[in-house]
Amino acid sequence: MNQRPLSPHLGVYKFMYTMSLSIMHRMTGCAATVGFLAFVWWLMALASGPAQYAAAMQCLSSPLARVLLVGFVFSFVYHFCNGIRHLVWDTGRGLERAQARRSGAVVIAASLLLTALVVWLGCAALSGGAP
Amino acid sequence: MSLRSPLGKVLGRGSAGEGVGHWWIQRVTAVALIPLTLWFAISLLSQPLHSYEAVRGWLGQPWVAVLTIVLVFTLAWHSKLGVQVVIEDYVHGKGAKTTLLLLSTFIHVLAATAAIFALLVLALS
Repeated sequence: MNQRPLSPHLGVYKFMYTMSLSIMHRMTGCAATVGFLAFVWWLMALASGPAQYAAAMQCLSSPLARVLLVGFVFSFVYHFCNGIRHLVWDTGRGLERAQARRSGAVVIAASLLLTALVVWLGCAALSGGAP
Repeated sequence: MSLRSPLGKVLGRGSAGEGVGHWWIQRVTAVALIPLTLWFAISLLSQPLHSYEAVRGWLGQPWVAVLTIVLVFTLAWHSKLGVQVVIEDYVHGKGAKTTLLLLSTFIHVLAATAAIFALLVLALS
């Protein structure tokens, strides 16, 4: 079994940043799933009452939670932008090499900008209603 | 020469027996999630998040609750399909693969049910 020839894998190709974008789509998707579970935990705390909600918000304001939240925001935003890129590809458009590289650059720029915007708006929303 | 049977060709369901179902539902949920997540993010970020009454009052409104339930359901489904593909591609042992696939399915069903229950509590009580 082990002696059978293998077809060429990733190692035979010259590196191009679009490869990283491709695997990042999966990684950010998985991270977004963890973010979704955290969101469900937050919703359950909200449904459990004021004390539980306050405890959850306290938990979310720790430095570690803040770092994770920014990571989740970036993951959602990146997966959102690159997902639209994938949906466009599904229609058969934008598959030429130059186009795919250009749209990849647009996705990186858009995700960084949108992440910054959401984090900025999130800080404003988190400073509202503080006891 | 094709090795596929005439019946297999007509049904077009492939070896997993579901045809393009997985691929197609992933796209349908993806398209639905574009407006849903945009609406939810904008709406969420305009709430004073530390105020229990404000957040509860916002999520308890009929249309907000309904759209958020649709969002959570669609998100859980899309996530389940995506995680499934990742497990199928990278976990090779049959036992580990089956265990992780089952675990992922259970966690997604639990998460979606919990979220929908929480939203119903907020809207109805």
